[in-house]
This record gives sequence, C-alpha cells and structure tokens, in this order.
Amino acid sequence: MERPDFEIVPRVGLVIVAVVLALLIAAIAVNELWPLAFLHFVGGAAWTIIDLFLGFVLGPILGRLSIPARIELTTRLMPKMVLIMPTVVTVTLAAGWQLGNHLGTVQSSYYLHGWLVASYIVVGIMAVIALGLLEPANIAVLVELKKPRPNPQVIERLMKRFIYTAGATGAMQVATLVIMAKLTVG
Amino acid sequence: MSERRLPPVTQMGMLSLALIVAGGIYLAAHLPHQVPLTPAIILLACSALLLAGNLAALSRVKDFAWTRFFEVARWALLAYIVIAGMIEYAFLRDQVSGGALVVLSLSLVVFAVHVPVLIGFTVARYDTGDDPSPDGIHA
Repeated sequence: MERPDFEIVPRVGLVIVAVVLALLIAAIAVNELWPLAFLHFVGGAAWTIIDLFLGFVLGPILGRLSIPARIELTTRLMPKMVLIMPTVVTVTLAAGWQLGNHLGTVQSSYYLHGWLVASYIVVGIMAVIALGLLEPANIAVLVELKKPRPNPQVIERLMKRFIYTAGATGAMQVATLVIMAKLTVG
Repeated sequence: MSERRLPPVTQMGMLSLALIVAGGIYLAAHLPHQVPLTPAIILLACSALLLAGNLAALSRVKDFAWTRFFEVARWALLAYIVIAGMIEYAFLRDQVSGGALVVLSLSLVVFAVHVPVLIGFTVARYDTGDDPSPDGIHA
C-alpha cells in the first residue's frame, strides 16, 4: 500500500514553535498582564478545543474510514500534533502560572484558592496522561508508518490509545472549563 | 499480535510523573507560606526510584531495541530539556528559592528524563530489529 512521504517532526513547524516559545519567554520576562493573559487564554483554548475535537469528533470518524484514508489522515495529522500539543500545553501552563503570580491568585489567601488547587489537580492528571500515553503513542505510530512494512496491528493499537486518551483528557477539559469560568467570574 | 513480556515501563513511568506532579501541587498550594519540604522530598525520592527501577528493569530485557530507543529518546530529551529549562526560568523569575527551588529543580530533572524514556520505550518495543532508521525523525 502506497503511503505519502512525511516528516515525523516537521522542520517548518519547529520554526513556528521556536517563535511561540520565544514569545512565552518574553511574556514571562516582561511580566505584564496582557501578554500573559493572551498566551494563557489562547493556549488553553487551543488545548481544550483540540482535545475535545480529537476525542469526540475526529476519533470516531477516523475509526470509520477505510484503511488507506486512515493512513493518509494519520500521516498528515500526527506530525503536526507532535509539535502542536507540547507547545500549547507548555504555553498554557507556564503563562497561566505566571498570570496567577501576577494577579496574586496563586496565594493561599485567595478566596477561590480551593478552585485553583482543583485546577492544579485536573491539569496534573491530564499532563500525566498526555506525557505517559498520548505523546509516546503519537511518536510511535509515526515511526511505525515510516517502516518499509508497517505493522497494521501496531498502528491500530497505538491510534486507539491516542484517540481514547485524547478523549479522556478532552472530558477532563470540561472540568477545566468549569473551574476557569468560576475563577474568571468569581 | 504476539508480544514478548516487557516490564511495566509505561505504568511505572506514569506513576513516577504523578508523584512529581503531586509534590509540585503540594508546594504550589501552600504559597507563599513555607511548608515542610519532607512530603515533597519523599515524593521526589519515590519518583526518582521509579525512574531508576524502570531503567534497571528495561536493561534486563533481552534483545531490546536499544538503538531505536536511543535514536528516539535523545531527540525527545533535547525537547524536554528545553521545556524543563523554560519552567525553571519561570521558577527563578518568580524568586522561588531555598529548599523549594532545589526540590522543584530536581523534579524537573526526573521529568525531563522520564518522558523521553517513555517515548523511546513505546517506539522501541515495536521495533523488529531489522527496520531501518526512519527518515525525518531528526529536526
């Protein structure tokens, strides 16, 4: 079966990642409200939407595609995910922490401190799932697809892991949305 | 698909990461108060032991695809050193100091090593040994 050629880590994407991370470093260094809020909101929204979309929309669709279509989608989507997900997570968490420091909401005296700690726990669980299961599966499926004779059972197993864990983190993102809405409105 | 028996590297790795996260939440939840570092140190020590145990268990696996493992893990390590460096920068920028800084910094070291181990393991476990290096895995 013919497979489209692809880079496991898109080189062009690395440039974009470098620019985004440079913006993050600058925002932390400057420590002004607007850039920190912007990066945290945009990163958090991207992380949430991607997780929910992957888990509940694209995942079920992927399972119903023909094998050639599935392979083509996977080889185009997964390399981008290798760069997108770690970047949005890093930006969201680093900017969010700095934002909390700036606003004083990370202090234990903050009246909604309990909600903030709840967000730490939810995000911590999501991070463990993403780092332990999601990202390794992402890389492994791409390496497998690069082989002269990829094993379809391995690919299926890894893609199922990827989609299911994306769905699980997506569901946890709902909890994050509830918490963040509460923290925003008070 | 038949698989040889492998140690529970992924499960141990996730438990190790969870312990680090728990330690970080413990410290963060009590800011700005100084809290006893003992619980965080215990969690960090357990996490580091799990990392060492994982590597030791993996080293005993016969015919493990170590070439593939290191081929993938070294690039992942580079990426996670960058991420850990950025997080460390945020700690320093926020004037985290003393024992808390030491514990958090060592936690970042365990984190930056263990995640590449998990990525390398997940890739290498499916390596049949006669597969050529994949193109495009390098930046």
